[in-house]
Amino acid sequence: MATTADTFQAHQEHGRAHHDADHKPGFFARWFMSTNHKDIGTLYLIFAITAGIVGGAISGIMRAELAAPGIQYLGWWVQLMGGEANFDANLHMWNVLITAHGLIMVFFMVMPAMIGGFGNWFVPLMIGAPDMAFPRMNNISFWLTVAGFTSLMLSTFVPGGTGQGAGIGWTAYAPLSTSGSTGPAVDFAIFSLHLAGAGSILGAINFITTIFNMRAPGMTLHKMPLFVWSMLVTAFLLLLALPVLAAAITMLITDRNFGTTFFDAGGGGDPILYQHLFWFFGHPEVYIMILPGFGMVSQIVATFSRKPVFGYLGMAYAMVAIGVVGFVVWAHHMYTVGLDVNTKMYFTAATMVIAVPTGVKIFSWIATMWGGSIEFKSPMVWAIGMIFLFTVGGVTGVYLANGGIDDVVHDTYFVVAHFHYVLSMGAVFSLFAAFYYWFPKMSGRMHSELLSHLHFWVFFVGVNLIFFPMHFLGLQGMPRRYPDYTPAYTEFNHLATVGYMIMAASMAIFFVNVLYALLAGKKAPDNPWGPGATTLEWTLSSPPPYHQFETLPVIEDNKAAHDREHGRPSHA
Amino acid sequence: MSTAIFDFTRTRIGRMLAAVALVLALAIAVGPLAARQVVAPAPVAAQTGPASANEVATAAARTTPGARPAQAELAEGSTGAAAAGSAAYTPMKPTPGIGMPVDGRLDVQQQFSPTGRYAQKFHVALVWVMVVISVVVLALLLFVMIRFRAKANPVPSRTTHNVGLEVAWTIIPALVLAAIAFPSISLLSQQYRSPPKDAVTIKATGYQWYWGYSYPDNGDFEVISNMLPEGEATRRGEPEHLGVDNRMVVPAGVPIRLQATAADVIHAFAVPSLWFKIDAVPGRLNERLLEIERPGVYYGQCSELCGARHGYMPIVVEALPMAQWRAWVRAQGGTFKDEAAPAAAPSVAPTQDPESAVPNAPGAGAPPVAPATPTPAAS
Repeated sequence: MATTADTFQAHQEHGRAHHDADHKPGFFARWFMSTNHKDIGTLYLIFAITAGIVGGAISGIMRAELAAPGIQYLGWWVQLMGGEANFDANLHMWNVLITAHGLIMVFFMVMPAMIGGFGNWFVPLMIGAPDMAFPRMNNISFWLTVAGFTSLMLSTFVPGGTGQGAGIGWTAYAPLSTSGSTGPAVDFAIFSLHLAGAGSILGAINFITTIFNMRAPGMTLHKMPLFVWSMLVTAFLLLLALPVLAAAITMLITDRNFGTTFFDAGGGGDPILYQHLFWFFGHPEVYIMILPGFGMVSQIVATFSRKPVFGYLGMAYAMVAIGVVGFVVWAHHMYTVGLDVNTKMYFTAATMVIAVPTGVKIFSWIATMWGGSIEFKSPMVWAIGMIFLFTVGGVTGVYLANGGIDDVVHDTYFVVAHFHYVLSMGAVFSLFAAFYYWFPKMSGRMHSELLSHLHFWVFFVGVNLIFFPMHFLGLQGMPRRYPDYTPAYTEFNHLATVGYMIMAASMAIFFVNVLYALLAGKKAPDNPWGPGATTLEWTLSSPPPYHQFETLPVIEDNKAAHDREHGRPSHA
Repeated sequence: MSTAIFDFTRTRIGRMLAAVALVLALAIAVGPLAARQVVAPAPVAAQTGPASANEVATAAARTTPGARPAQAELAEGSTGAAAAGSAAYTPMKPTPGIGMPVDGRLDVQQQFSPTGRYAQKFHVALVWVMVVISVVVLALLLFVMIRFRAKANPVPSRTTHNVGLEVAWTIIPALVLAAIAFPSISLLSQQYRSPPKDAVTIKATGYQWYWGYSYPDNGDFEVISNMLPEGEATRRGEPEHLGVDNRMVVPAGVPIRLQATAADVIHAFAVPSLWFKIDAVPGRLNERLLEIERPGVYYGQCSELCGARHGYMPIVVEALPMAQWRAWVRAQGGTFKDEAAPAAAPSVAPTQDPESAVPNAPGAGAPPVAPATPTPAAS
């Protein structure tokens, strides 16, 4: 009955014994042809931060434009991108910005950081494996993602219909993305998703194989750290959802270029078919973005409460439940397309069911802290922030689940507020929590606790100021994807723009903190977080040796550990 | 094991969490009741109407939904068709704050349809559920952060399980959700009621980037609706960015069969103060019952990304008393199946120009192609 599985009693000698395996290849071979999971993880993190800067800067342009009614800056951006500013081109630029912001943040920031970055770094370390199962495939996963990002960036420099770039929204609904947008920009954007999607599918195969086959002796599935569980569920979601996206956008490509009419009613197709296919991928995708965050928060809350996770099995299977149910709720993104009433009732009920396993996770995190000895180190404050803000995003999700209620807020800023609370706060707060948690392990340097806390508080105020007023804008009816609005929406839009400036300032603190840590940070000990940090990565040096666990660590079950402590032979 | 469910009551943690869960459940149960008192009184009593003269006719219309009020028929009969057409239509002035967004307002817009008012009550209850859950989670977090900080509790407990507690926090949220599901399903069935046979049919067509409103049962004339250029809306006493040159004019107090479709890409017909939103999809005809309880002007905007001027194709619904609406239809050259066609063409009636007032203004899209008149051959 050893199910308190986040705690391991690994033989200490295994961790440190293999510094002789620390031979590193030269610069080009190491960073461009890498097969090392830690190096690829680092590449993914650098890539995600770079993409995050681009996507964040785009949201800055958007918030500047929305600070007041009227069109202020869009013409300037059109000219900067080499286009000719006129009314329609300016408005098209807006659509390009929202499209790029969405695609970058989803495919090139959150996913690479969570799965490619922290997943690559810590899944092998936490299960006691020397590397990922397919190191070369790992490499091509990364470079496909980079190629995808490049294709998306290229799309902004070629014609896309009314102006330069793809102005189709991240959802790329047909027929706006087919007959509605001439020029190669949309093809570039779609191809970018093909590339990033292929990279993610290969990555998912890699994670599933690694987790099923390369766990250290004694580490049963029910003893895996919850972060590994979250990556396992995420990998399955990727594997099942992304091929559907690939099919849908391939049909877009053929509709655009080869005369097919999958999504054209004039040829016997249906625009709504695209939406069903897209959201069959798109809804699991939102869980792909948040499940690894659940795993990270579980590790961090347990570490800094100095307690094992409360209800480990419930936590693991809640994630499995979220993953499974996540596949049968997609049409709640399509409540206004003209669904049948019974269909709408089903999707209302099914969507609300997801709140149950999500609630289990929230309550279990609080119960983990209950009775603990909580230290408010930087990862912990970010994790607690995530728990609260994700709850706020979660309850607005229950609100939106009601198909009848959705009629008034569908495609308004209320929805924008909701998904930024779960992603821009749920996912991003867990990313920052994970960053501060594992940065000492990855870099071997300690960051400044003071700057990390300052970053948290300024960021917390900033993002809430951006996104909370959006609930009110949405309830008053302000539609999404509008560059301009009636003066009655001015007050809260202005407030949101002020919030953006505060959030941007907090990011400056973050980058100063990272620079400080890399240049002048104290050397990190193997385990900077104390007795609560019980997973295998803390048994290694900081940073870990280039190749670790060449002799596999042995995970004892609790009974054996108990016997050893009491002087009895652990193996009969 | 048979009493495992209640094991949690033996530990202090278990008792406290159970108490919190109980409070949560109670709060959720009581929240909607408390909310009921906060809800504004019925909208008819709540504010003054846009035009008091309209009230009488609407009240009559409301008492006999689906049938045209008798007084209105009488009034029309006495004036005669051509005269009714010419006397008919000046665009109604909107009432500030009614049927449009208000700056700084935190809630949904005031509702003017029966389903909208039901939905608004449900909405208020849901907001209370959201507030209570968020506050309870925040309170629990703050409590554990203070009570179990390292200084106050240097030795952590090793508790990792409590079956009863885990069952409780699975079952209680499920019950809360079930409680939400009932009114939710009821709202859906109300929204999906079929329009009666004699409902007024109006077809809204989304174009890049303007709306067309056609009246298939009244001679199938189409009104083209473009956004007013900057400044013009203010001159006409309408909210900037929301006013249009030609409105979708509908009868108040009777069921309307609203159909939506699109000519190019997907648009969405949305009016927040009527709790109404339906996608306009090319190749599809979406149909939904729309009832507007009283005359007035109700603003909305296109709500599905449709290209560059997505933000520049507002929707204005003007609900008129039945008599005035029939006059308006005649003024557009429309007909009624229950009436003989007018003896003479209503040349005295001002027919609305289907194009935008200012051709190259923002929002002035190309009007639909008129049937080509044969040009005389040059040979």
